[in-house]
Amino acid sequence: MVDKVPSANLWGGFAASFRRDLLVAARHKAELTNPLVFFLIAVTLIPLGVSPEKSVLALLAPGIVWVMALLATLLSLDGLFRSDYDDGSLEQMLISPQSLYFTVMAKVLVHWLVSGLPVTLLAPLLGLMLSLPVNGYFPLLVSLALGTASMSLIGAVGAALTVSLRKGGLLLSLIVMPLYIPVLIFGASAVQTAVQGGEIGMQLAVLGAFLALAIVLAPIATVGALRISTNG
Amino acid sequence: MTDSGIEQALPLLELRDLSCERDERLLFSGLDLRLLSGDVVQIGGPNGAGKTTLLRALAGISTDYLGQILYAGQELPAAVWEFAGDSLYLGHLPGIKKALTPAENLEWYKAQSGAAVSIDAALNAVGLYGYEDTPCYQLSAGQLRRVALARLHLSRARVWILDEPFTAIDKLGVSQLEALIAKQSANGGVVILTSHQDLTLPQLRIVNLHDYRPNVRTNQTKNGFESLTDGDAYHG
Repeated sequence: MVDKVPSANLWGGFAASFRRDLLVAARHKAELTNPLVFFLIAVTLIPLGVSPEKSVLALLAPGIVWVMALLATLLSLDGLFRSDYDDGSLEQMLISPQSLYFTVMAKVLVHWLVSGLPVTLLAPLLGLMLSLPVNGYFPLLVSLALGTASMSLIGAVGAALTVSLRKGGLLLSLIVMPLYIPVLIFGASAVQTAVQGGEIGMQLAVLGAFLALAIVLAPIATVGALRISTNG
Repeated sequence: MTDSGIEQALPLLELRDLSCERDERLLFSGLDLRLLSGDVVQIGGPNGAGKTTLLRALAGISTDYLGQILYAGQELPAAVWEFAGDSLYLGHLPGIKKALTPAENLEWYKAQSGAAVSIDAALNAVGLYGYEDTPCYQLSAGQLRRVALARLHLSRARVWILDEPFTAIDKLGVSQLEALIAKQSANGGVVILTSHQDLTLPQLRIVNLHDYRPNVRTNQTKNGFESLTDGDAYHG
């Protein structure tokens, strides 16, 4: 009772939050598959709605896959802190002796693992459906992996700001969308350039820079936003 | 567990001239309170008096207060890390994930607090032996509350801040919890709780937030104008 210093280490706190969120995600399979199903359906509808012509689809494919991946991520954001807010876990996170930065990191990492990563892995399949040219697949995978991770991190800020609002969905989109636009531009451009046979080093470097910046800054902003949201 | 002379002189938790408002309405003001180790304080007052608001401010969830909160002599926003490691807050919301089992829930809290007690022992102590692998959504309200209360056994914190801990708990559970609070007090801890139950703890102090209502004070200086128009309508 005499020692007052929080003795649990940083890594232990991060690992515990990571494990718990992964477990919760695994028990809510329906929520898990929602963004994926949306991604799948939306992309499948494009050939029906636009044109089944191979040359047209190949031209549109990079942009379409990227836009749909962005929307799928957006769809999954609202639940990021919602259940924690509703059951009181969020309050406990705020006052726990663990750094909230790492708790948020763990949550975002789980969010990416269950939304961004499956979308990324599914993307080549959908590229095939949209007859994406062969040299577009690898850039699509890499750019989506980098891009969805940035989007999970950036989205966490918006989700944290709107968590205390009952109907925060639209506001969340409005907050997050402008920040997603640069990621979309460089991501889609990487695939487009690769399809046309160009060098994509620059686009991937920019996406990597976005991700690095987001890893450092977004959790700080998220922590601040969570404190504002619960401070009432 | 032994307190040095310095610690005894210094209150573990001290409130100085604390006032809180909610939705631009002053709930209470001028609250002074010194909590020495071993103290158990029950915060009383009618619904809407600001009990939960006060406890949230004490726990560090809300910083929306005027005045000072001192932990072991240091003002709170500065000493927040030390305080976080030494305090435990149980709110209205249990902080329990319904999709997980009690053991999985407590695993997270245990990693946060770094306690040495095993989770099985903690669940045993709150009478949930045999339920450790049942998903929490299958538990009753009282059992869910008990999962949250199991955190008290897993904690090494000296300051307990409990918001309505007796809600949904049966008679036996209430007496067990009272015994636990008495034990915490005997170990030199501090317990601040709200409850509408009458507790039988000998060391209990009661602070009624009603006495710190801003309207009561204006009542004394002015001539009761404001209490008629304002306060009683809200608090009645």
